[in-house]
Amino acid sequence: MSVVLSIQGLTKAYKPGVPVLKGIDLDFDERGLTAIIGSSGTGKSTLVRIINRLVDPGDGTIVFKGEDLSRIHGRQLRELRRRIGMVFQEYNLVERLSVMENLLCGRLGYLSPLKAWLRRFPQEDIEHAYQLLDVIGLSNFANQRADSLSGGQRQRVGIARALMQRPELLLADEPTSSLDPKTSVEIMELLKSQGEDNKIPVLVNMHDVELAKRFADRIVGMTGGRVVFDGLPSRLTDDHLKLIYGGEGWLQ
Amino acid sequence: MSSASIPAARPFESSLGAKLLALFILAYACYALGQLDFSWPRFVKGIDNGARFLDRMFPPSFKNWDQLLTGFIESMQIAVLATFFGVLISLPIAILGARNLMPSWATWPARLIVTLCRAFNPVIVAIIFIKAVGFGALAGVLALVMGSIGFVGKLFMEAIEEISMKQIEAIRATGAPFASVVAFGVLPQVMGRLVGFCTYQLDANLRNSTMVGIVGAGGIGGTLFAAFQRFEYDFVLAILITIIAVVLLGELLANYVKRIFNGES
Repeated sequence: MSVVLSIQGLTKAYKPGVPVLKGIDLDFDERGLTAIIGSSGTGKSTLVRIINRLVDPGDGTIVFKGEDLSRIHGRQLRELRRRIGMVFQEYNLVERLSVMENLLCGRLGYLSPLKAWLRRFPQEDIEHAYQLLDVIGLSNFANQRADSLSGGQRQRVGIARALMQRPELLLADEPTSSLDPKTSVEIMELLKSQGEDNKIPVLVNMHDVELAKRFADRIVGMTGGRVVFDGLPSRLTDDHLKLIYGGEGWLQ
Repeated sequence: MSSASIPAARPFESSLGAKLLALFILAYACYALGQLDFSWPRFVKGIDNGARFLDRMFPPSFKNWDQLLTGFIESMQIAVLATFFGVLISLPIAILGARNLMPSWATWPARLIVTLCRAFNPVIVAIIFIKAVGFGALAGVLALVMGSIGFVGKLFMEAIEEISMKQIEAIRATGAPFASVVAFGVLPQVMGRLVGFCTYQLDANLRNSTMVGIVGAGGIGGTLFAAFQRFEYDFVLAILITIIAVVLLGELLANYVKRIFNGES
């Protein structure tokens, strides 16, 4: 399989002298769900946000399908972003817009601002949005306002919005951390199946080790801004977990 | 035992500075009163004058109702036009001035414009515009447009600075250009409040439009001033009653509009 995303020697420091990422080297294939695990503050979120440049990288290169995206800006950056879908921990839906409008937001990168102001979306996009509502099981919610939905429903809309972009890569920044265990499993199932159906790689960063083991094809463990484990979930041992999260009392 | 050790407590003891300041304010008030030649006989004479003035106001005369109507229609037009254009211009200025969306090279000029528009009372601005574009409604509209930019622009800017950046971040992550981020991320979050500001401003402009007429910038204010100069005090009262009625009506209308929008959200 060919490499879709290649990160080499990536560093990041929000404050000079206090690095959050200390040299990350990771390659991602064109398929499969990768879970990035680690305790809070180890830079997993920063890593995911650097990939679609919501956070600017320090040193290093990030090559996405042959294009180095670590230094692009303006139009080039927008054209990159629309090829990468993103799902957020707190869903980040536009609360006062309807579910349908939130889904169509996923197409804004492809629509001229004038058409966006006039709400003139192509018929094709609207049909795609209805199909996705079917997929996420919210067909009857198209005209409901986003703030009237439950957490799990909102995250489904968040995923559908990202899929509206017809992305070539799907990022999820702690998509289940604000949800109950049952809903978390449903959201992970949705991310996994959509990655497979659309034949795109999915990068999920998360706390929950069991959830990661259950759904991931590959696990990346991070601690202190470095990758300390990278491999199949079945190879992740308690020793690795001690290294990733520190201590061992919590494992009993 | 601890209460015994506390010296005679005076919890509200004022400082020497505060006392001196109070004394100074009192002294200055007396001095100013003397300077401006307020005296008891003059006050009594004034009351007498006022009584005669009030006497000539009654009963109010609506016989020049056509003048009254023409003046009011012009005032309404000034208020509506000024609100419309004021809000229209405020929108881009407020977006440029919002510190959470724009870099500082854009925010400070936008903020300067808004501050300048707020610096003067509409009547002073009206006088300046009368010198610039001549007597009449145009000067009134321009003066109130400036006032509206100063007021709505500032409130709107603050509303934009309070929006949730998470929603903006999500729209940006889809690769949307800035104008689309405004349409789908910013405006939905502030629309309800914007409608509120517009009704406030229409209400304020309705009142201000009666005022700018006094200096010659069109509307009922001009009619009022002319009536004063012709000593037609009964007509003056008629105009005043109508202004009160219209302002009250405007307030009812504003409440009604706000109820519609609050009910919806």
